[in-house]
Amino acid sequence: MLKILTPMMRIIEVPMLALQRKIGINRLAWAFLLPNLVLFGLFAFLPVILNVFYAMTGGDNVLLADRPDVGMRNFAQLLDCSNHFDPNSCREDKFWRAVWNTIWFVVLQVGFMVGFALLTALILNRDIRARGFFRSVFFFPVLLSPVVVALVWKWILQREGVLNAFLDWTGAGGINWLVDAQWAFGWSVFISVWAHMGFYTLILLAGLQAIPRDVYDAALMDRASAWRTFRRITLPLLSPTMLVVLILALIKGVQTFDEIYAFTGGGPGTATTFIIQYIYERGFAGAPRLFGLAAAASLLVAGVLVVLTLVQLRISKENADG
Amino acid sequence: MAKVLSFLTATRGKGRLHWTDWVSYGYLIFGVFLMFGPVVWLLLSSFKTPNELDRFPPRFLPYAQETLVVDGYDEPLLAFVVTEGELEGQTVGQTRRAAGRSEVVSPSNPTERVRLTTDQLEPIEGIAFATENYTQLFERFNFLKFFWNSTFITVTATVLMLLFNSMAAFALSKYEFRGRTTVLLLVIGTLMIPQTVVLVPLFLIVTELGMFNSLWGVIIPGAATPTGVFLLRQYMITIPDEILDAARMDKASEWKIFWRIILPLSAPAIAVLAILAIMWRWNDFLWPLIVLTRTENFTLQLALNSFQGELQTDWPSLLAMTVLTLLPIAAVFMFLQKYIATGIASTGGK
Repeated sequence: MLKILTPMMRIIEVPMLALQRKIGINRLAWAFLLPNLVLFGLFAFLPVILNVFYAMTGGDNVLLADRPDVGMRNFAQLLDCSNHFDPNSCREDKFWRAVWNTIWFVVLQVGFMVGFALLTALILNRDIRARGFFRSVFFFPVLLSPVVVALVWKWILQREGVLNAFLDWTGAGGINWLVDAQWAFGWSVFISVWAHMGFYTLILLAGLQAIPRDVYDAALMDRASAWRTFRRITLPLLSPTMLVVLILALIKGVQTFDEIYAFTGGGPGTATTFIIQYIYERGFAGAPRLFGLAAAASLLVAGVLVVLTLVQLRISKENADG
Repeated sequence: MAKVLSFLTATRGKGRLHWTDWVSYGYLIFGVFLMFGPVVWLLLSSFKTPNELDRFPPRFLPYAQETLVVDGYDEPLLAFVVTEGELEGQTVGQTRRAAGRSEVVSPSNPTERVRLTTDQLEPIEGIAFATENYTQLFERFNFLKFFWNSTFITVTATVLMLLFNSMAAFALSKYEFRGRTTVLLLVIGTLMIPQTVVLVPLFLIVTELGMFNSLWGVIIPGAATPTGVFLLRQYMITIPDEILDAARMDKASEWKIFWRIILPLSAPAIAVLAILAIMWRWNDFLWPLIVLTRTENFTLQLALNSFQGELQTDWPSLLAMTVLTLLPIAAVFMFLQKYIATGIASTGGK
């Protein structure tokens, strides 16, 4: 690696040195920033602006110049419902199904995941033997790719899979898990919690370990009960970390796509179709490619994410300052 | 409730284990089964023959029917033990089989063929790890191509990302220039724009740049990350400016200072970022799914997903491929898990 790198760096040095002589040391900073800024500009900022144009134009052409202006009609189509709680009454019923699925999914997934992550972190924070080992056990699934996670569980849950074999053996009888809408949704929540829990456990554990020991010693001196110690010391001192974890989990939860798409394909029917899959299907998977609708839906999701991220940055800043 | 919490918060005294310790260890051991179990099951299953995979209920370890070499027969014969009749208890090889009847020979008397009904025979099986599922990947599918695509994307994107991000981090940590705050705010701004919400315009830009259906279309947009810039900047700030000044006195160029001094000194942070980048790129799914539509461009993740989507799921090949896909990451995990944990905790995993 170094053998390729060294000559490469030497070659770059020639123009950089010439530039340095010409513009001086401090302005050379821009040269160092250039590649990154070009990439950010091309693949982050420019898309945000273009997204607005896509959202306001129709047709299935990808070139903006060839797209007719439709004003706010894409948004109107997405939001047109006689009753927003009932997707069947909506013009773009698939969008609302995805929205409600996502909301339910995020509530359940974030709730269970943060709950179990907290429980696991509290247990790992006890005086446990082989803590490092157990910590990495819970962390292990975080490294697996979404498709691998989906396939690992699909293999267990398939009709003649090992879970049904076990249920058969206990006499309960097998269930065709991924064909039943409610089971498929439940398992989607489960595999998502399974795959990501370790990450949040790690952050919460770090938060727990940052609580100074002497606070607990003082509580012990005052003969505070364990319950009281938990309520009055652990929870309040952990709450900034909890908040960050909660927001991070929400941001990621809203964007859930990969593992569920590989797991159920969004089905059965639309039972596990979430908002990003809606965007993907409208924009890229189906014909005609309705880029306008996909972009409009993206903007709505982006709005939610920006609010969540601002809250997160605010909290992290307060944590760092306080 | 109070009891539940008392065990969560209490720390163990010396000597005997408190009942709360038993519950804690119980929970953790259950965790080991829940987290490792499914992957171990996948691994064991991938070594089963297709026949064995179809078996319901499945067995834990892979088994295969043993074979028998009998004089006068070129191919090894499937081995059975006779359960009733004259030959009861003897091991025989099956030579032919039709409509519930089998023709068998005994290795001790290879010239005499005996006809038995199938229910008089029981197959002899032993634990055997079948590797056909794996070899088939190379014969029937373009596995090496997918593997190469994934590797190429991961390596190139990681190298580019490390170079670009460390250059930007160097500029933002070691130079006083007008507009620095603005640039920092811009970088924070990009944190708020996940790829998932700009898919459509990103697709246009990548297509216009001629990178649709090219591996570069996956590599380039991922080469600059705000997380990487932040992580490296935080680290580079701690490098004392005096070192830079000393080097400048010796007439070292700024670029030389960057790659001869700053980069080696930032090695720990760069290592953490490298591990994260490898993980992100190897596991990447949604963007490659949009950019790479031709089978010959598929990454392993895309190949896995498309094979399982076919009407009749080819589980034998799929299982083997899944194992090979998770193997590099599992290896990284085993050797570097300490760094991964700290790296992910410090970046918020983005």
